[in-house]
Amino acid sequence: MKRRVLITGLGALTPVGNSVGEAWEGVCSGRSGIGPITKFDCSAHETKIAGEIKNFDPLVHVNKKELRRYDDFIVYALAAADMAMEDAALSIGADQAERAGVIVGSAIGGLPTLEKEKEKLLNSGPGRISPFAIPAALANLAAGHVAIRYHLKGPINCPVTACASGTYAIGDAFRMIAWDYADVMVAGGVEAVVCPLAIGAFNAMRALSKRNDEPEKASRPFDTDRDGFVLSEGCGILILEEYHHALNRGAKVYAELVGYGITSDAFHMAAPPPGHEGAVRCMTAALRDAAMGPEDIDYVNAHGTSTPINDIYEAEAIRTVFGDHVSHLLVSSTKSMTGHMLGGAGGVEAVFAAKAIEDGIVPPTINLHKPDPAAGAIDFVPNIARKKDVRTVMSNTFGFGGANAVLILKKFEP
Amino acid sequence: MALETKVIEIIMEQLGVTREECVPEASFVDDLGADSLDIVELIMEMEENFGIQIADDELDKIRTIQDVIDFLKTKGVK
Repeated sequence: MKRRVLITGLGALTPVGNSVGEAWEGVCSGRSGIGPITKFDCSAHETKIAGEIKNFDPLVHVNKKELRRYDDFIVYALAAADMAMEDAALSIGADQAERAGVIVGSAIGGLPTLEKEKEKLLNSGPGRISPFAIPAALANLAAGHVAIRYHLKGPINCPVTACASGTYAIGDAFRMIAWDYADVMVAGGVEAVVCPLAIGAFNAMRALSKRNDEPEKASRPFDTDRDGFVLSEGCGILILEEYHHALNRGAKVYAELVGYGITSDAFHMAAPPPGHEGAVRCMTAALRDAAMGPEDIDYVNAHGTSTPINDIYEAEAIRTVFGDHVSHLLVSSTKSMTGHMLGGAGGVEAVFAAKAIEDGIVPPTINLHKPDPAAGAIDFVPNIARKKDVRTVMSNTFGFGGANAVLILKKFEP
Repeated sequence: MALETKVIEIIMEQLGVTREECVPEASFVDDLGADSLDIVELIMEMEENFGIQIADDELDKIRTIQDVIDFLKTKGVK
């Protein structure tokens, strides 16, 4: 018998704000977090804009020694985990440690560290490579350091499923609790690859927006004038708890996690199949897991990357899954404001899904002035947030390699 | 700058410790919270700063701040 899983803590670090409150207020007021790249000299790159973490003081969360040995993605994960644990008012005692775990996904891990160490290798030889190069770069070290800090001795993992990594992390953690492998899971996604190699490589794929003169308008999912996604960094972490574990300690409950679907396109390394049948099967699988029908969903937080292909294929998939109910459905892409945090996206967007249920507000899709006719008749909540009693949210993420993951969150009713 | 002062500055920066903690007899592992990777990095920093090479088997003999200073002196660092 599957056990029920509740969301009892949230933490986020995003280009729109460095806390859940600030980020949520930002996306609900339609504020873009995209700006010129400051992390490196991008004068030779075609794309000169990104969603960077701004005005963040890492020394609140790590000491100077840790800051020097950890890649940014690890620091961001620790920061968001600190916020989520504090929000949940949770501390894991020695007697609970083995029933508590952590899953934090990341698409690329510490690429900036590898970049810098490769430079040392070329300029000064192998003897100058840092002994911390590997532990700073391995993608699973975000989860590893969160486990060390909070004494989480149960399941640990790091799904590496590109842009769906964060959603896989939360979904897999959901199952860990549902299937009695753990009572508490710290789960989410993180990414921090605003670096010369990543911007250059995504540019080579023709995947990024080049709207350098209007950064705040660059991410425009479902708009006719979209020209690619905006690379962002960020992290979203959720505290998941088994139903009785949460209620017995009087935890604040944001929402219940009720459905998780995962499918593979088995089609192409980077492109979705026409009609995005993998996404159709994935949304359908999540609904089946939640024992729900399409008519039970109020709001879909779309993958909505602002790339020409994703958005029309995802829209078609949504129309296929929801049929007539699509006219009652709100669909929005918060990536229009955060940009695309890759592995961090699923984490942050699950945080937004929980907040939408808590506050009864659906964040908008900004920069949506000329809806792409190919996306069809869907209410994308253009430009202005909408008040709505949100009982259920579906959160979509679809990654390179054809890795799809969908979560369903539901308003908590004991 | 005196050798001792320079060594302590490098240690403070690398290990994130205070000047007060950097007494000569302070052990890197027991007193300054370093692990084996910290020590490797610290030695690399010494090599870089003083233009010397330190072999891995020599590294094993270095346990305290005074060990580093003595070792650097045997290498002719002033």
